Amino acid sequence: MLALTMTAPALAMDPQPYAVVGDTIPLSLTGGRGDPAKGRSIVATRTQGLCLLCHSGPIPEERLQGTLAPNLAGAGSRSTEGQLRLRIVDASRVNPDTIMPPYYRTDGLERVSKSFAGKPILTAEEIEDVVAYLLTLREAP
Amino acid sequence: MSRQGLVALACLWIAGLAGLVSWGGQAAEIPLQDRQSGYQLMTPETRAMQDDDAANPGMLWVLDGEALWQRKDGRANLSCADCHGDARQSMKGVAARYPAVDPGLQKPVDLEQRIEMCRTEKQQAPPLRAEGKDLLALAAYVARQSKGMPIAVVEDDHTRPFISAGREIYERRQGQLNLSCANCHDDNSGKRLAGSPIPQAHPTGYPLYRLEWQTLGSLQRRLRNCLVGMRAEPYAPGAPEYAELELYLMWRARGMPMEAPGVRP
Ligand code: HEC
Ligand code: HEC
Ligand code: HEC
Repeated sequence: MLALTMTAPALAMDPQPYAVVGDTIPLSLTGGRGDPAKGRSIVATRTQGLCLLCHSGPIPEERLQGTLAPNLAGAGSRSTEGQLRLRIVDASRVNPDTIMPPYYRTDGLERVSKSFAGKPILTAEEIEDVVAYLLTLREAP
Repeated sequence: MSRQGLVALACLWIAGLAGLVSWGGQAAEIPLQDRQSGYQLMTPETRAMQDDDAANPGMLWVLDGEALWQRKDGRANLSCADCHGDARQSMKGVAARYPAVDPGLQKPVDLEQRIEMCRTEKQQAPPLRAEGKDLLALAAYVARQSKGMPIAVVEDDHTRPFISAGREIYERRQGQLNLSCANCHDDNSGKRLAGSPIPQAHPTGYPLYRLEWQTLGSLQRRLRNCLVGMRAEPYAPGAPEYAELELYLMWRARGMPMEAPGVRP
């Protein structure tokens, strides 16, 4: 009982292994489907998803959007589910020079602040939610 | 040195518009002729606030600094003016060539650190609180004497190793977001991070009044904000990395006019 409650948060935090096939991660990180509504809220929340720091997207209530990266509108028709998953998990596997942060990688990072050290930016569940949301974005801007 | 009030302020990185579209490409250093101060990206209202001494909140610190300059202090019972005379003469152009490599310490010290050295060694007074009102006031008063003068940090045998060390930090990716300073300030300056236009990070205006802080702050405080935004561990207060970064940034801005006390959003 004690062991379970102790390890559960650690499990949720540590990135779990996943298999990259070509430019995709074909299988869900959780084994289940994400929730697009939760994914939208993660993308829209600047301190959680951080996406709108760099990207713009079809989220009209967030007035302050970025111009460092493509508009997310249409992301779900430009890429497959597996491509989107790898893009979020570790964009440097898609483009080694990318400025897009690796959302599910904790190794190879330098001087991470103490409050974030050893933690991925998003959990496996959150990434599945974001992927599910991006897949709903079919229309280009 | 204890830096207070710096904590979760972070680059809030706010406000919105559209820019150009080119993702990814790693730009090189900004060519000298293409450099621009963060002032250029500000709204006309914020520029006017900086330009008008009567509206620039930083001038309150300058006035305090002028009074402190005259005040005798420490076991030596000397004022800054007792040794340096009229700051309008003796301090003209000084801030424009800081950080400078101190011959004794053989490492760069920034303006605030140099003032602290005079305070503890020459006045024999206890150090002022880092980022505190008095130190910022003296720094603002000294820096004001260089207003409009070109930044004059030069690369020579003394500064070269520290400029390189600063550049190395500037170009290194760090933090949970895995970003370097150059990723934003060289490769993406002029674009908008959330709503905020990304400046080229020229330290022309420090210490400056930041509307988000609602107070005057040092360049170290600004750098700390960006490190927090990158989710990187800020360097310890007074750590050599700050002076190296500051020296690199001032060298990178060489020839640009000093604006202190500046105003920024
Ligand atoms: C620090 C900036 C930054 C952040 C934060 C960021 N991205 Fe990106 N992203 C980029 C850039 C730049 C590209 C363009 C491709 C490249 O350079 O790798 C990109 C590309 C993409 C793409 C592929 C292009 C497309 O639209 O078809 C998707 C999808 C994407 N990002 C989603 C996200 C999501 C979702 C988040 C938040 C969870 C996010 N990004 C956060 C910078 C960022
Ligand atoms: C006892 C005399 C004395 C007092 C008092 C004194 N200083 Fe100095 N200061 C010096 C000397 C001498 C130098 C030159 C460097 C050295 O020898 O350490 C100097 C250097 C400086 C410099 C760097 C100048 C340059 O050209 O690089 C600054 C800035 C400065 N002092 C500010 C102050 C301030 C502000 C105060 C008051 C808080 C102050 N000093 C008090 C003697 C003094
Ligand atoms: C994710 C992008 C980003 C990164 C990475 C970043 N900054 Fe910034 N920086 C900004 C933004 C945006 C501002 C403008 C202020 C604001 O709104 O937060 C800024 C402001 C500044 C300024 C103030 C310029 C002025 O006009 O006064 C300096 C100096 C600076 N940054 C230096 C750095 C250094 C050094 C690093 C690396 C340790 C760094 N920044 C990393 C985005 C970034």
